[in-house]
Amino acid sequence: MADLLFTHSYLILLFPLLSFVTISLRPVQLSPKMAGRFAIGCQGLSMLYGLAVAAAYWQTVIGQPQLYPARSLVCFDLAWLNFSPTLTANMGIFLDPISVMMIVVISIISFLVNIYSVGYMKDDPGFARFFALMALFSFSMLGLVISSNILQMFVFWELVGMSSYALIGFWYQKPSAVAASKKAFVVTRFADTFFLIGIIVVSFYTQSFDFQTLNSPETAALLDHTFMLGIVPINLLTLATILIFTGGWGKSAMFPLHIWLPDAMEGPTPVSSIIHSATMVVAGVFLTARMFPLFAASEVTLAVVQFVGAFTALFAAIIAITQKDIKRILAFSTLSQLGYMLFSLGVAKMVTGIHPGAEINPLGYSAAMYHVFTHAFFKCMLFLGAGAIIHAVHSNDIMDMGGLRRLMPKTYWSLLTACLAIGGIFPFSGFWSKDAILLAALQSGHYIVCAVGLATGGLTAFYIFRFFFLTFHGRARSKFHDVRENSWMTFSIMALTIPTVTAGMLEHLFVSEVTVPGLAYTPNFSHPLWLPTLASLAGIAGISLAWTFYGRGRTEAAERCRLRIAPVYQVIYNKFYIDEVYLFITHKIIFHGIAAPIKWLDRHIVDGAMNLIGEFLQQGGKAVRLLQNGQLQLYLGVTTLGFIALLFLGR
Amino acid sequence: MNGPFLLTTIWIMPFAIALASLPVRHDNHRLIKMISLVGNLINFILIVVLTLQFIDVAGADPAATTSSSSLFHFAYKTSWFKIMNIEYNIGVDAISVLMMLLTSIVIFCGILASWNINKQVKEFFILLNVLVAGVYGVFVSLDLFTLFLFYEIAVLPMYLLIGLWGTGRKKYAAMKLTLMLVAGSAFILTGILALYFESGLSTFDLNLLSQVRFADSFQYWAFPIIFLGFGVLGAIFPFHTWSPDGHASAPTAVSMLHAGVLMKLGGYGCLRVGMYLLPEGAHMWMSFFLVLVTINVLYGAFAAIRQTDLKYITAYSSVSHCGLVLFGFTAMTFTGLKGGVLQMISHGLMTALFFCLIGMIYGRTHTRTVSEMGGLMKVMPFLSVAFVIAGFAGLGLPSLSGFVAEVNVFVGSFANPATINRVCTVLAILSIVVTAVYLLRTVNTVVNGPVSQKFAMLSDAATLEKIPVTILLFCLFGMGILPGWIINLVNNAVNPIFNNLMR
Repeated sequence: MADLLFTHSYLILLFPLLSFVTISLRPVQLSPKMAGRFAIGCQGLSMLYGLAVAAAYWQTVIGQPQLYPARSLVCFDLAWLNFSPTLTANMGIFLDPISVMMIVVISIISFLVNIYSVGYMKDDPGFARFFALMALFSFSMLGLVISSNILQMFVFWELVGMSSYALIGFWYQKPSAVAASKKAFVVTRFADTFFLIGIIVVSFYTQSFDFQTLNSPETAALLDHTFMLGIVPINLLTLATILIFTGGWGKSAMFPLHIWLPDAMEGPTPVSSIIHSATMVVAGVFLTARMFPLFAASEVTLAVVQFVGAFTALFAAIIAITQKDIKRILAFSTLSQLGYMLFSLGVAKMVTGIHPGAEINPLGYSAAMYHVFTHAFFKCMLFLGAGAIIHAVHSNDIMDMGGLRRLMPKTYWSLLTACLAIGGIFPFSGFWSKDAILLAALQSGHYIVCAVGLATGGLTAFYIFRFFFLTFHGRARSKFHDVRENSWMTFSIMALTIPTVTAGMLEHLFVSEVTVPGLAYTPNFSHPLWLPTLASLAGIAGISLAWTFYGRGRTEAAERCRLRIAPVYQVIYNKFYIDEVYLFITHKIIFHGIAAPIKWLDRHIVDGAMNLIGEFLQQGGKAVRLLQNGQLQLYLGVTTLGFIALLFLGR
Repeated sequence: MNGPFLLTTIWIMPFAIALASLPVRHDNHRLIKMISLVGNLINFILIVVLTLQFIDVAGADPAATTSSSSLFHFAYKTSWFKIMNIEYNIGVDAISVLMMLLTSIVIFCGILASWNINKQVKEFFILLNVLVAGVYGVFVSLDLFTLFLFYEIAVLPMYLLIGLWGTGRKKYAAMKLTLMLVAGSAFILTGILALYFESGLSTFDLNLLSQVRFADSFQYWAFPIIFLGFGVLGAIFPFHTWSPDGHASAPTAVSMLHAGVLMKLGGYGCLRVGMYLLPEGAHMWMSFFLVLVTINVLYGAFAAIRQTDLKYITAYSSVSHCGLVLFGFTAMTFTGLKGGVLQMISHGLMTALFFCLIGMIYGRTHTRTVSEMGGLMKVMPFLSVAFVIAGFAGLGLPSLSGFVAEVNVFVGSFANPATINRVCTVLAILSIVVTAVYLLRTVNTVVNGPVSQKFAMLSDAATLEKIPVTILLFCLFGMGILPGWIINLVNNAVNPIFNNLMR
């Protein structure tokens, strides 16, 4: 039974693909309404099959460690792209704890978001197109997580990028949406080229794309040599892993490649929801986890992962405090949470063939995966809730809202759980996963990172409750017409409270089962009790501060505070002007500094040279033509002269 | 059907079509178009038959992949000009078969795309078919002299086709294109004659010549002559400047054929004549040409950013992408050669689709200036979606053919351990970001955004126009999703060339 399920595990992908192809090609006449139902049906089947595979995996693979010591399983692996007799890329399905976990998360969230979209996208002229693209998005992301090798992952990685491009720019007549979609694609594509270079480098030395080969100690040892680039010594292992990580850097929108994510809010809200919870942005974290044994072989790479993660966590949380657009607050919150996941991976340590005797502490790995899991549900819900609010009040600005508690009670209570979860309040899911992350940082001796995590936790609680109080509490700051909760939408939002409240129970499961591949590890989970206490205190402090500033819908205190630090506030509000820096680089340097001179060079120098040759020939022809003037006496004279010349020269 | 006979039929067929159109009355446009269409459809079917037979033969005969003497199948030769040892010598390997398949697809789509032509229809289709006959001729020829002859037959009608049916600065463009290509031909002819005499065999036979080991000093000057000569048609920097002007002025079908197939003759010649016959020369000159084509790749992409005319953008993008063909070759590795060949096919399909769509869009909007367009998705969804997909094929999105080809090129060129190759590979890979920038800018501006008033009443593609677009899209996806069979074929064909290089 389990074998049969595994053999046909491609069905998880096939259902969304079928949905995409059917709706977009429409071989039979399909009304938009039917298209939506069909997409939900396909997504539901995919989810059921995914859950069945997860259950079978649990029973068969985890349950029988003697049969599956690596706790992984390759369902099938077909040759796809043959490069040379020794190098072939496959297409396959690889099940291990993290891919199964992701299948569960992605398929559940896709299903719920699809249901939600029926309400949200109602009356949109692109209704059917929306569902087709959402199906493509799920398909790509599912393909990404089940990839058996890194090239296959890259293939789906790009497809994820393409479908997000299509979805962010879904309202293609809106210039800001179109610009945002282009920005998202180009920024991630920029990072992806480094990823591709990394893949090519690694595959050249190992002659393989398979994760199992790449993650083996032999590969790390093979790559671990230093060469000189000019006078700079470079370690190949570090170089290659950082190149690969750069792909994740862009996809997970870590500083300074984060600029595309806030703009990506231009897409319909269900799209933002799915991008921020289960697909797209977690791809970078997933990549880092997938390649973790290789990354861990290079201390520099892990330090980079850690630093980038911790910095972005704090940086984005600070920006989130000042934003007024409801979706942007959540976007920066996602950045911050992704930062948590990455630094958690960065603090994890493991033994490899190269550094025997190094300290082992893979708790960070499990904690990061756990946070991916919990975050997916509550972030998805936050976005869906925000979408419901926007749908009701037709504005994105939290300053226009307020007092929605009474008008949208179901959304209110559901979102409260999500806000408590992301704020890290006991016993909601976010508390547990953040706790595991902080513990991992503490255990591995990264005290600064741990402190950053704690501080960010406080900031998180503050900004999320700022959003919460300003939206739901106090009096309405503008007139709302006809605010009603749509049952399609509230269904999804309420369904998500279940994992948000209960996912905390899975902590031990994650810590003991979702561990670094090939590493037998018994978690050292002895909590110093002061850590969760401190984290909770930070969270409660954040909430209390938010209540003093914004509770009951007041904003005067906050306004006074803002005016006192106006210049700093302005810098933060403008996101530290990073976008302007990019604008300068792309427009001034690339367009005007490189492309324009090249265009000029091409027209005037290169082409000019060709024209000059042509001109020279023409003029030469004209000059020679003067000799062909048809006057016999001249011809005769020249001939005679030539003849005489020959007489003398010829001998 | 007997192989050699099939080959002969295929290259004669377009001539026959041209002849058959001669007696037709000038104003009977429909009949002329139908003759061309049906004739090329038959030819397409013949080539499919040929491909299937070829797969049979090549698959059944694994020895063919190892020994370099039996590189070609369906070979046939008979003497033609005894006095100079010129032979009618034909045969195909997988590269030529695939290129012929590409040609037949592109010409079929091209004829459908030029269905609306109504100026001197007869002459147009006759010239178009003569051109195609030349292309097929190049791919079947194993005799350098006939190869060159067909090459010229393919290049020269271009002058008239652009000069008479073109748009914009057509006279200038046609003249420039022809002069530059003919200058290239002069180099090629010199090279071929040098091979003829230097081999000591007084033969143009490619098979015989490939077994001669020419002196290094000879290869040192002969190789760049041949490589550059063919390279002009492959738009090698700095001899690419005919391409933007030429493509921009040419009518749709001619742009499709020219960028899709004719530019590939350049790459084909570089590989078949240059690198196959003069491998040592190739080794001596590779770093030089590598740098040139890297410039091509980057320079074409950057130049495309600043263009405002759709056709110029596509033309510069062709310069960049055709650069990747030669880039794969100059890697001098098995995967690199294969990547170059795949890129020829992929780029052929993609650029044909691009020019086809641009022609159709231009036919409606009467402008090719990007900034004047916008919101076409609303009024012509079919063409717009196809345009977006073509754009994604251009920037190498997996599941479309571009990715398969490019990743082979890059993996192949990285496999050459020389530092300069490594550096150039990194630069070339980074160029795909630039490609993404200009293609997305273009696509976004043309297709997305609010639709302007003057375009609001335009119609989407008619059924007849949907056919070529659908065929090309199908091929792009087919090659991108299931590249296996093409790659197996190309593997077999590249092996002997690679062995020769490594001898």
